[in-house]
Amino acid sequence: MSEDRATVTIEVDGREIQAKAGDMLINVTDAAGIPIPRFCYHKKLSVAANCRMCLVEVENVPKPLPACATPVNDGMKVYTRSPKAIAAQKGTMEFLLINHPLDCPICDQGGECELQDVAMGYGGDVSRFVEAKRVVPNPDLGPLVSTDMTRCIHCTRCVRFGAEIAGIRELGATGRGEHMRIGTYVEHALNSELSGNIIDVCPVGALTSKPFRFRARAWELTQFDGIAPHDAVGANIHLHVQNGKVMRVVPKENEAINETWISDRDRFSYEGLYSSDRLMQPMLKDNGAWREVEWEEALEAAVNGLRAAMGSDSAQFGTLIAPTSTVEELYLAQKLTRGLGSGNIDHRLRQTDFRSLGDHPPFPWLNGAIADLEDVDAALVIGSHTRKEQPLLAHRLRKAALKGAYVALLNPFEVPLSHDAEQIAVSPASMVAELAAIAKAAGVKATGDLKKRIDGAKPDDRHKAIAQRLRDAGHGRILLGNLAAAHPDYVLLQALASELAQTVGAGLGYLPVAANSVGAAIAGAEAGRLPGWKRTDAAALDAGAMLEKGLRTYLIAGIDPELDCANPAGAVATLAGAECVVALTAYRTPTLEQVADVMLPMALFAETSGTYVNGEGTWQGARGVVAPVGKARPAWKILRVLGNLLGLEGFDYESADAVRSELEAECEGFEPAAGEIELGDAALMLQNDGLVRAGDVPIYAADTLVRRAGALQHTPDATTGFVSLNPTEAARAGLADAREVRVTQGENSVTLPLEIDPAVPDGCVRIPAGVPGSAGLGVPFGAVGLEKG
Amino acid sequence: MSSALQERDKDGLFSPEVREEIDAWIAKYPPEWKQSAVMAALRIVQDANGGWLTTELMNDVAAYLDMPPIAVYEVATFYSMYELKPVGRHKICVCTNVSCMINGSDKIVEHLEKRLGIRLGETTEDGKFTLKEVECLGACGGAPMFQIGKQYYENLTPEIVDSILDGLE
Repeated sequence: MSEDRATVTIEVDGREIQAKAGDMLINVTDAAGIPIPRFCYHKKLSVAANCRMCLVEVENVPKPLPACATPVNDGMKVYTRSPKAIAAQKGTMEFLLINHPLDCPICDQGGECELQDVAMGYGGDVSRFVEAKRVVPNPDLGPLVSTDMTRCIHCTRCVRFGAEIAGIRELGATGRGEHMRIGTYVEHALNSELSGNIIDVCPVGALTSKPFRFRARAWELTQFDGIAPHDAVGANIHLHVQNGKVMRVVPKENEAINETWISDRDRFSYEGLYSSDRLMQPMLKDNGAWREVEWEEALEAAVNGLRAAMGSDSAQFGTLIAPTSTVEELYLAQKLTRGLGSGNIDHRLRQTDFRSLGDHPPFPWLNGAIADLEDVDAALVIGSHTRKEQPLLAHRLRKAALKGAYVALLNPFEVPLSHDAEQIAVSPASMVAELAAIAKAAGVKATGDLKKRIDGAKPDDRHKAIAQRLRDAGHGRILLGNLAAAHPDYVLLQALASELAQTVGAGLGYLPVAANSVGAAIAGAEAGRLPGWKRTDAAALDAGAMLEKGLRTYLIAGIDPELDCANPAGAVATLAGAECVVALTAYRTPTLEQVADVMLPMALFAETSGTYVNGEGTWQGARGVVAPVGKARPAWKILRVLGNLLGLEGFDYESADAVRSELEAECEGFEPAAGEIELGDAALMLQNDGLVRAGDVPIYAADTLVRRAGALQHTPDATTGFVSLNPTEAARAGLADAREVRVTQGENSVTLPLEIDPAVPDGCVRIPAGVPGSAGLGVPFGAVGLEKG
Repeated sequence: MSSALQERDKDGLFSPEVREEIDAWIAKYPPEWKQSAVMAALRIVQDANGGWLTTELMNDVAAYLDMPPIAVYEVATFYSMYELKPVGRHKICVCTNVSCMINGSDKIVEHLEKRLGIRLGETTEDGKFTLKEVECLGACGGAPMFQIGKQYYENLTPEIVDSILDGLE
């Protein structure tokens, strides 16, 4: 429909309303605040008009019309509460209730049920139906969504959500008439990373949250606002709290950020708050044995340990902090580190290539609003398993693709998508060459090492097509994802992407790794960057160098070293060899017990006030809505006390807000500028030599919280580790009939189950990172050897 | 869609004859609407499989027509002429809708059940007959009636039913 549609005037219940011709009546009345009952209509889904609940009377039309499927036109007179409309609504309600069980007292939807509400408002008070009601068996849709299909009223919102939003049509309506039922027909757990949203769209108690089942009634819960702490979207959420515990998470509508959706990771990760390995009390290692202590003793031990081990050499101190920490925590961690005279602080724990990009590299953010992704005409995504890394950004890209945008992906394996796309899947060692080929096809002129890459490239038709589509696009975007960020030739990929973007006139953006990767850069929790992303030439080791070099003392915050660091085996060995490691952690793990000397229990999201800066650069604050478990304390308070005990200036904050205000003042004038990449000497690090590992971080292994979310760990996307190869490579390696494989990477080796997957290209072996199975290995990209396990 | 579920080698699906027949139906629709051939494809595949559809066959049809499998299940479960369980060599579809009921379809059903020793919806042990109750087949003028295979039999009486069944292999 064209945007310059005529404005028409209609009258609803005697009230004049202006509307655009062709708008559906229900949109107009919703905007005007006139209530019309509905079940199948949902503003984000296509119009089905199958429930008939929104029937209204329209003058000069003999029968009542469904408001959701009736376009408005000038002079239309609508009556939503006339005798005819009420009779129609009442009749529909009576039919809908014929087969609906009267089990509201034991139904989780009770108290927040659209059917209950509408029945109260529009239904009769007694049922004339005396025949037997139908009973429908419940399909098992996996660990997230609980089913009670007898309650289903066949509105098909869940079916349309799958087809139209998630892009995977898994649910359908099979059978007909009395025998129609909603389900998967062949029973299987839902595969979509957005599947939890069907719980919200379901207007009745047919689809409810499985982890929340029978835990609380809607009216016993108190609702608080929050920010989801996982991906670079920072989805707005409501936390539902009862007796000081987070009972569930549901989306909070914010059209610019998350629309009305949240990913399953954002919805169900709260379970990690109550994992059995939460650290409840400060702990101290005495001669190798751990004992619980009071805060005073732990803090004193931490401070003395740091001081003694560091001695006069402050360069022997370094801080590794999770990019999921709040801005306040990140800011205080860098202030403390730099206050002690060390520049060694970093949040880029999964990055391996820290070579210089010159003095003015682009700021690593999306480079535009999240909603803008919907409007791109052409996008090239480099190194991202989009759906599993950034579910809601992938959804925006999908919307662009459905509108006709051209989407191309360059990855070390083909990723399952829910839209059409050109996918180039090559061994990680060929990714630079492939990008160089696209750059060459686009006519990129470069110098130095980049020129070598481009000169050596051989563009084929696919590369030319991608270059052409990017050049033709009025709104083109090149995005670097998490697989690129972990790549050993990340600087080459960035430099090529940047040159390509300039040549074709596209924007260059990053898909930030975690909820606060952008916030960490702004807060100065990055080697060589002060708050406000100001450059500093003071000596500083990045995350990789800190762990490779081996320091005497470390402060680590919010991480599982064996899962959150690029080189897990190396990180654990280095930390174990340090003289003093102070860990701010929410969890007590065997690895931390091995490497740390003091464990200080920290609060997690929902337990602490703090700010997250998402991929588009929006600062979103959240309050602590429940008390931290046990004796855990918000990490910003722990850092404040450590700062004070270490005798550092300026650690007397009264609130997290005061920390944020100080950072905001330091960020005055900060604009994420486009920047310019000046690549010095940058040799190709990853060579095509035998099998090369590609290590993506699975969606439910991304951070400490989600790893401990019980239900998510039982979904098809959860894994503890595997090796996957295509059939040709498996045969070549003599593994065609192997079930387990011994993987050797450098000096490390582990045994993992083998999966044959044609999506993995020749020369590549996919072994996920961030999972226990590969914690004994090294960096996510590198040469590996395989033998039958 | 490039979902892994659908990335299947289409050349390996079905026999060449079945494929040719389905392709003839696909050709009747614009290329972007090849799902329109789903009903014909299911019928062809069902006929080639002894009168019933397995989940695997429905998945094959889905892959062949680039449809989500659930969309094929929806079609196959909606229409009563698709069989999702094995059926006998002769499928007797007895109409029990209004006109046939008024003209004594009850007696026809009763006679069939007694003679074959099975109930509606069941198959004889020797796999020869399946008895199925269906809605109006549009032959009210000849009520009561049933359909066996592609043939309609009208103005039935128990005696006529016997002679029809006696004449079947």
